[in-house]
Amino acid sequence: MIKPEALLCPRPEGLYCAPGDFYIDPVRPVARAVITHGHADHARAGHERVLATPETLAIMAERYGQDFAYETQAAAYGETIARDEVEVTLVPAGHVLGSAQAVVRWKGLTMVVSGDYKRRRDPTCPAFEPVGCDVFISEATFGLPVFRHPDDKGEIARLLRSVAQFPERCHLVGAYALGKAQRVIRLLREAGWDKTIHVHGALERLNRLYEAHGVPLGPLAPATSTTKQDFAGAIIIAPPSALADRWSRRFPDPVGAFASGWMQIRARARQRGVELPLVISDHADWDELTATVDEIRPGELWITHGREEALARWAELHGIRARALALVGYDDEAED
Amino acid sequence: MRAFAELLDRLSLTASRNAKLTLVRDYLAETPDPDRGWALAALTGGLVFNAAKPAFIRKAVEERMDPTLFRWSYDYVGDLAETVALVWPARPGANREPELSEVVDALRGASRTEVQRLIEAWLDGLETTGRWALLKLMTGGLRVGVSARMAKQAAAELGQVAVAEVEEVWHALHPPYEDLFAWLEGRSDRPSAVAPGRFRPVMLAQAIDEAVDFGKLDPADYAAEWKWDGVRVQAVNESGVRRLYTRNGDDISRTFPDVLDALEFEGALDGELLVVRDGGGVASFGDLQQRLNRKSVDAKMLQTFPAGIRAYDLLADGPEDTRVLPFVERRKRLEAFVGRLKTSRIDLSPIQPFETWAELADLRRKPPPGDPPIAEGLMLKRWDSIYEAGRPKGPWFKWKRDPFLIDAVLMYAQRGHGKRSSFYSDYTFGVWTEGLDGRRALTPVGKAYFGFTDEELKQIDKFVRDNTIDRFGPVRSVRAEAHFGLVFEVAFEGLQRSTRHKSGVAMRFPRISRIRWDKPAGEADELTTLERMLTQMEGR
Repeated sequence: MIKPEALLCPRPEGLYCAPGDFYIDPVRPVARAVITHGHADHARAGHERVLATPETLAIMAERYGQDFAYETQAAAYGETIARDEVEVTLVPAGHVLGSAQAVVRWKGLTMVVSGDYKRRRDPTCPAFEPVGCDVFISEATFGLPVFRHPDDKGEIARLLRSVAQFPERCHLVGAYALGKAQRVIRLLREAGWDKTIHVHGALERLNRLYEAHGVPLGPLAPATSTTKQDFAGAIIIAPPSALADRWSRRFPDPVGAFASGWMQIRARARQRGVELPLVISDHADWDELTATVDEIRPGELWITHGREEALARWAELHGIRARALALVGYDDEAED
Repeated sequence: MRAFAELLDRLSLTASRNAKLTLVRDYLAETPDPDRGWALAALTGGLVFNAAKPAFIRKAVEERMDPTLFRWSYDYVGDLAETVALVWPARPGANREPELSEVVDALRGASRTEVQRLIEAWLDGLETTGRWALLKLMTGGLRVGVSARMAKQAAAELGQVAVAEVEEVWHALHPPYEDLFAWLEGRSDRPSAVAPGRFRPVMLAQAIDEAVDFGKLDPADYAAEWKWDGVRVQAVNESGVRRLYTRNGDDISRTFPDVLDALEFEGALDGELLVVRDGGGVASFGDLQQRLNRKSVDAKMLQTFPAGIRAYDLLADGPEDTRVLPFVERRKRLEAFVGRLKTSRIDLSPIQPFETWAELADLRRKPPPGDPPIAEGLMLKRWDSIYEAGRPKGPWFKWKRDPFLIDAVLMYAQRGHGKRSSFYSDYTFGVWTEGLDGRRALTPVGKAYFGFTDEELKQIDKFVRDNTIDRFGPVRSVRAEAHFGLVFEVAFEGLQRSTRHKSGVAMRFPRISRIRWDKPAGEADELTTLERMLTQMEGR
């Protein structure tokens, strides 16, 4: 049996596949990169050749410009790309639009790099597909038993209840620009909120991109359009960093909300001055992580980033060999 | 339980008083009896359980999950109730979410072992926020930033009555307060307020506006008294029921058994709780602080900081309600009442005679020897005023002595909350002292977050952003050197020695009185100036 390290091994640039000569989500510019999804810490500019889903390539082009790489190759979900003896298949990860797991096969050995993922329904992207493998390489952003995300419908209901309870104020919801913002908007639409949602300028291009990929977001308007606009009773979506920024001063007495898995921890909410924490995450929580490992039952579990020691301990307690790779350069659900 | 949990959750993260009132009022309006009554009891501090010790809860959770994973979780979160609420490995099954009243009934009635068995079933039946609320309720102390008075205020808003009306009847009622809600919702008459030892809503004073008010007021209409620097209390003994209340109606009898023992009378007194020195003089507020907020007091504490009451009003004389009498009458009755007492723990707040406002102003500036020099200022009470709950304009005024002032340098700024969350609005300021290396350095002496206008806030915020030298979470360290920095004129009411502050002094009620854009930071005050002030205050 071939050692899995012969197929994929951690290097300072990221996970490296020697027989195929490519990196997965490298944090520095490399010659060949497979990119799992469009978040900035996974999809960086400056690689020579990039393989990703068409959606992820579109996101990168939107963020970094059309010439973000010398050459790009699109692989649809399920399509297998072979390079030398290595086969790469991108499979839905359920994280954000275009997000994929990289399934790497070589000489009978299957390794799955999950990228970032979640298991629950997301109206903006296809659901995670478990793939049987010898080694499952998982993230562990929320790899502690304290992270157990509630149903997102309930969180949206709390937001709408607060909007009804404080009609004289506006609700300013911090949400990461790629994925979270569009998911929150979609969830609001599904909950019956059909009024105009105001959005920060930094979200506009990605919102358009999502709509072009078949995710309707309903009536949106910039939160900047007129100076005398009355935002009372309105919902405004902005990148988290804008919440405490001077930008937010245009609103009358806003209720500060923040959609993030970190909002599960009260001290985090308090520290940021968040009045209405919404526990909505694009990452797997503890139950999803452990259920996924249990479902796939890989021969070995590798953990890329996050709170790897707890997930590793859980796996060992459940008879699965685990190893923490401690890859650096990935943010924990980019907080700002 | 779900609605109560959601309420506590929102309250714990809401800073604005108005928003908190809305949250509590809406909860009371939407939640049926008896749950809302129990919730009101919990918010007003009337429900204290020690049903489960932290050790028991910890043991229960460790029986269900790997102790190492639990320990890591606890280390990460830092709060036991919150950690357990999050990690609790619920057993699936036909668990039903308990109602608040169900939990309260069980906690009040069941034995400790029974309760411990119930707790696990409740934790299984609840979701995260519900578990968190349950654990807070069971381990005592909600700590969600709502005072008893604020909760009563919310109840009063529900019934569109004044909070004093709720306070008046409060101590005659018992949780779950169904009669209170029936009255507030217009379904019945106001419940009877007759209960021995009850609290009577207090009368408060307006701050005097020297420029406007004195021109309109006749000194002959007013009595003047010193404004004592202690805690306003109401001392009651009716039919053997003795109570000591704060001005908000919080019962602090247990903290002051020495004072309670001294209530050898039938009636209700309004006065100032103070620590009394040997020989009858009044000690500083710092000494009284040693006695406040304690659940139990030991003999040494009682001996070192003996407390007493300086009485200034009489609300009930025997069974008679004296609040309807004019102050001049009440004062005569008070003098006779206190004169009959055999204890030295209760004395009379003397009337300060004066003829003209100018004479009184001189007295305020240079108080006569004895206790007046450490008074907070003067009180003016109309001789003909009845005792009226709330803060009516006109009958009572407070005339505080001028604040102390120093110039200090802005050192750290923290982001505010709510409306101010985009502003650096909480400032830590320091004065110069000699550092360990013998060079002049700033040492923090206080923190203030008001006293400036919105426009000034914008300017300070810009200064903070432009001159940040370091960041720690929501706090910025601001450039502060002898030749560059922002000087605040800080006003404060008093100074105390403090072991908690590096500088060794703590300010009372500090606020920014002026922003000294013109003043070089190097010319701000020295710590020795504060130390000198402190010595003067202590030595008087």
